[in-house]
Amino acid sequence: MNLSNLSVGLSTYLLVGAMLFSIGLYGVFAKRNIIAILMSIELMLNAVNINFVAFNRFVWNQKSGTNYILTGHVAALFVIVVAAAEVAVGLALVITIYRNRQSTNVDEFNWLKW
Amino acid sequence: MFKEMHDLFRWAWLIPALPFLSFLLIAFVTKRSKGLSSTVSILAILASLGLAIAIAIGIIQSGAEIVEHAAIVNVNWLNIGGLKIDFGTVVDPLSGMMLFVVSLVASMVQIYSLGYMHGDKGWSRYYCYQSLFAASMLGMVLATNLLQLFIFWELVGLCSYLLIGFWYFKVSAREAAKKAFMTTRVGDFGLLLGMLFLYTKFGTLDFATLAAILNTNIQNVAVIGTASYVTVMAFLVFMGPVGKSGQFPLHVWLPDAMEGPTPVSALIHAATMVVAGVYLVARMYFLFVHASPSALQFVADIGAFTAIFAASIAIAQDDIKRILAYSTLSQLGYMMFALGVGSYSGSMFHLMTHAFFKALMFLGAGSVIHALHEKQNIWDMGGLWKKMPITGWTFFIGVMAISGVPPFAGFFSKDEILATALQNGHPVVYAVGLFTAFLTAFYMSRLFFVAFCGPEKPENHPHESPWSMTIPLIILAFFSVVGGWAALPDHNFAFFLHYLPLGQEYEREAINWGLAGISVIAGLLGIGLAYIIYLKKAIAAESIVARFPRVYKVLQNKYYVDEFYLWIINNIMGGVAKVLYWFDIYVIDGIINGIAFITRGSAKTLRRTSTGQLQTYAMVFFFAVVIIFMVFAFGEGQLTSLNPLATLGGVK
Amino acid sequence: MISSALPTTNSLLLPFILLAPLVAMLMIIFLPKDESKTIKIVAAIGTLISLVLSLYAFFAYDRVLGGMQFTLTIPWIPDLGVNLAFGVDGISLPMLLLTNIIGFSSIYASWNMEKRVKEFFALLLILITGVMGTFIARDLFIFFLFYEIVVIPIYIMVIIWGSTKRVSKEYAGMKLTIYLLIGSAFLLVGMIALYLAAAKNGQPTFMFDQLAQRQDLYSPAFQKVAFGLMLFGFGSLISMFPFHSWSPDGYAGAPTAVSMIHAGVLKKIGGYGLIRLGIFVLPLGARYWAPIIAFLAICNVLYAAFIALAQKDLKYVVGYSSVSHMGYVLIALAALNPTAMTGAIAMMFAHGVMSALIFSMIGFIYEKTHTRNIPDLGGLAHQMPRLAIGLMLAGMASLGLPSTINFISEFTIFMGTIHVYPVLAMLGIFGIIFTAVYILRMIANVLFGPRRPEWDHLVDIRGPELVPLVICVFVIFITGIFPNILLGMINSGVYSSGLAKVLETVSQVKMGGLF
Repeated sequence: MNLSNLSVGLSTYLLVGAMLFSIGLYGVFAKRNIIAILMSIELMLNAVNINFVAFNRFVWNQKSGTNYILTGHVAALFVIVVAAAEVAVGLALVITIYRNRQSTNVDEFNWLKW
Repeated sequence: MFKEMHDLFRWAWLIPALPFLSFLLIAFVTKRSKGLSSTVSILAILASLGLAIAIAIGIIQSGAEIVEHAAIVNVNWLNIGGLKIDFGTVVDPLSGMMLFVVSLVASMVQIYSLGYMHGDKGWSRYYCYQSLFAASMLGMVLATNLLQLFIFWELVGLCSYLLIGFWYFKVSAREAAKKAFMTTRVGDFGLLLGMLFLYTKFGTLDFATLAAILNTNIQNVAVIGTASYVTVMAFLVFMGPVGKSGQFPLHVWLPDAMEGPTPVSALIHAATMVVAGVYLVARMYFLFVHASPSALQFVADIGAFTAIFAASIAIAQDDIKRILAYSTLSQLGYMMFALGVGSYSGSMFHLMTHAFFKALMFLGAGSVIHALHEKQNIWDMGGLWKKMPITGWTFFIGVMAISGVPPFAGFFSKDEILATALQNGHPVVYAVGLFTAFLTAFYMSRLFFVAFCGPEKPENHPHESPWSMTIPLIILAFFSVVGGWAALPDHNFAFFLHYLPLGQEYEREAINWGLAGISVIAGLLGIGLAYIIYLKKAIAAESIVARFPRVYKVLQNKYYVDEFYLWIINNIMGGVAKVLYWFDIYVIDGIINGIAFITRGSAKTLRRTSTGQLQTYAMVFFFAVVIIFMVFAFGEGQLTSLNPLATLGGVK
Repeated sequence: MISSALPTTNSLLLPFILLAPLVAMLMIIFLPKDESKTIKIVAAIGTLISLVLSLYAFFAYDRVLGGMQFTLTIPWIPDLGVNLAFGVDGISLPMLLLTNIIGFSSIYASWNMEKRVKEFFALLLILITGVMGTFIARDLFIFFLFYEIVVIPIYIMVIIWGSTKRVSKEYAGMKLTIYLLIGSAFLLVGMIALYLAAAKNGQPTFMFDQLAQRQDLYSPAFQKVAFGLMLFGFGSLISMFPFHSWSPDGYAGAPTAVSMIHAGVLKKIGGYGLIRLGIFVLPLGARYWAPIIAFLAICNVLYAAFIALAQKDLKYVVGYSSVSHMGYVLIALAALNPTAMTGAIAMMFAHGVMSALIFSMIGFIYEKTHTRNIPDLGGLAHQMPRLAIGLMLAGMASLGLPSTINFISEFTIFMGTIHVYPVLAMLGIFGIIFTAVYILRMIANVLFGPRRPEWDHLVDIRGPELVPLVICVFVIFITGIFPNILLGMINSGVYSSGLAKVLETVSQVKMGGLF
């Protein structure tokens, strides 16, 4: 058995990313607690981060001899920063909503209804 | 001689222009000053009368030359692609005669109105309308083409509308004015169509050019159905005169038009405007001659029928103005059938004499009404001759003239028409005309005997009218006596005014005294019968009525034609209008509102999809992205066919 | 594109005409809102300048030279081929003049306005500017832009200053706006399709004349579809049967000035557009649709005339009458010959002036009596003789009395149509009888009859209120008595703009039997 076949390839990373994303998606669709939804969104963002980094690593052709580029990593860092900001805003909103409604259940938040 | 006269004829446009100027002056400047308004108006019409007389003398002096070559002046009025219309004046014996008659009667009526309309609140308005009417009527007479004639034709209609409804606070006057306009409009519809077809076919509406074209290539006319093009056009053109001159189916407006002031009835609804139809047929006579004989036969039939129809109604009427109105209808029928049987000059002759004596009688009736304070029923009058000698005598002359008693004017013209009818092979029309002459003499003398002779009514205190009213009566009475002498000695009138088919020579004809005798006897019989019944009371009128109650009722109700039209207008037209309105509101608007309702309903249903739940939105969003991705990934080339512009052939 | 670097005075004339009301509008915006007298005067001056300048344009236009004059072309979006192009020819110049005549009178017709004066006159001036812009535009894009500008103020004005009768003013405003917008949506599709088809040779353009020149780029099938779209768009604007039902309701709901402008000129954009865009650019499409237009036109004439007979509200009578009269314009367009085309444009002008006059008179009646119900009125000639004269002259013009411009334009239309559609034209002419019936009935019942004491307190129109009466009556009669003033201009427009040639080509196509 060739060990190189066992080595962790791009598809493995993508699989992990996809699983993480699906879990996050499920959370967003199914959870009732708004905090949990926010956390699920974080999961999805992190899934994307994994994809970014993985693609950056594997798409770079080692034989081309050019310098290693960090576009994917930078993108991932960007996402992390934005996610942090988003969580800050999101949680602030959640707190105000909670103060108004005494609830974190999204089923009760239907003010956008027709 | 003709050359110098031609210079005079070039100024004919002044005849309508002067009253028009006076119309503008009264409308914009002098309307606040009553005296000034009437002065301006009368001066203008008198000046026109002077010019008209000058032109008439010029025509007589020019003699045969003007008969063959009319003096025509044309100025371009409208010139666009496919339509070129001139405005101009034509001076020939026909227009000369009309100019004289119209301006004479108009000036008499305006002078007469000084007395009759005295103290009326709408004095300036009255003279304003009178001036406009004179301008339009004189302009119509001078028209060189059909469109110009039509324009003035409609304008006299407008003046008639305004003057019938002069006392607009009276509901009856208002309704009569409306009726007059609408009824003549029906006729104008045909005239308008005829005009359009004429222009489409011949490319001109000019009378002289049209006549020349019709005279040269009469073979070229196309055939529509069984009737030739020209015949169809002749029938269409004739619809206009039927409306304007009150021929049978469209006669209903004229008796109602008597709601206007009496001088107006005399001017517009007896002497001038209503003969416009006869004038038009005379102007367009070439069209009728070149059409198939059925066209002229139709004119004759309609005319003869109207003559006897209206005369029979006149027998059973009690209102003095209505009797005169039906008599006018009957005489218009006379002129019309005269044209139909080919008595062109007879018709025009009768037009002239009728204008004199009918205007005279209307003004006489006005004088009576004025004296009796708006009483119009002849049975409320009686013995007026003694109290109002001038009115009585002049009215007597009028009655004699219309009854065809020599040497009064009506005798000559009526006799000529009847003689021509018989000679040109229309025995039935001749018989109808003769009987109508008898009826005419009968009802006119009935009116005269009842109103002017017999015992006086104690409740009436009549007095002779002022000079402003009696002088016009005397002048018109003078013309009613001597007007007919134009036919003497060997028919000078017909020498000037005749229609000749191309290539024939005019022959003077003397009066046929034999035929004339018959019609005189018919007239005298009528007068005699009326004398026996109404003056001698040898036969009681009541017993005749009692013997034929139905006939009397039908006659008194004018054969129920008005009721029939009213029924059509109210039930058929009104009904259709209501149905269509219903259709518009509930079907067309219903569809529109239905679409709006469907939109609103579907929106009401569809808005349930927006639950307000963030998670639902996210789910829909996600799966939509997945589907679009699938389409892009696996359905290559499918999207371009969804592009609507591609189907329009815009982009490739 | 621009030959001369500096625009000449002549080429700046049209922008000045367009800008004068706009400047007045801006001034009004900066005036305090209780200065209602000043606001009205400013509005009047703005429109008066436009009126005088367009009168100058009308008489300074060289009829012998013909074609587009006073042109100004500024490239605006070159990539798309959009030009800020103005210019007038014998077809659009009468329309421009008409707009200004009516615009000026409409200011005076609303002289007694007291509610939200500032907003009212600002919106009215925008409306006038918008309508004017559509007529002087030589570029389809600009044309459409101005057309869309027009719709908005109308909606607001109907909603705020309108009156509620059979239908509520909200409903009326909504109906009016939605009809116009749906129409313009179809128009937009047709316009874009036309643009794309014309851009096939790589040079996109929106200019009317260049669109018209590229005949070979439009296949007959395309022309049919595109003309159909425009027919729907412009047809609903000119209230073609069965898309007419906005018109009576809309006029009834709208305030006087809006009714005047709407019936007077806005409607005519439909007819103008059908000529300028439809027949000019897509003649084969026009040929294909012509019989259908003619048929619908006669439906307009007779159907609306009959309905007008059954109306009790003054504005509904006039509303349906205007639908009926537009039938004459439509059948003239369908006849596709120069005579009828001249008649159609003259008829649009004539009807515009006439309906402005009649709406302003009805507006005064309503303002003074607070009713428009005919049975409630009567004998108004006793108390308001001047108003009676105005209403009667307008009615006479409406029923086509000779010596009014309405007669001669109707006559020209009939002359142009009678040999193309003899039967339909005869039915159309038959309509003049019904027109006479409902107009005379209206005049008789409103103005004449016994004096009614309840109206004795009414004051006759006077001072500024007389302006619409004087101007419109003067125009109706002066052009009616000397028709060459107007019809000569239109005729030169029809021939020098190349419309006559296009029509000739189309009529030959008919003989060739393409369809």
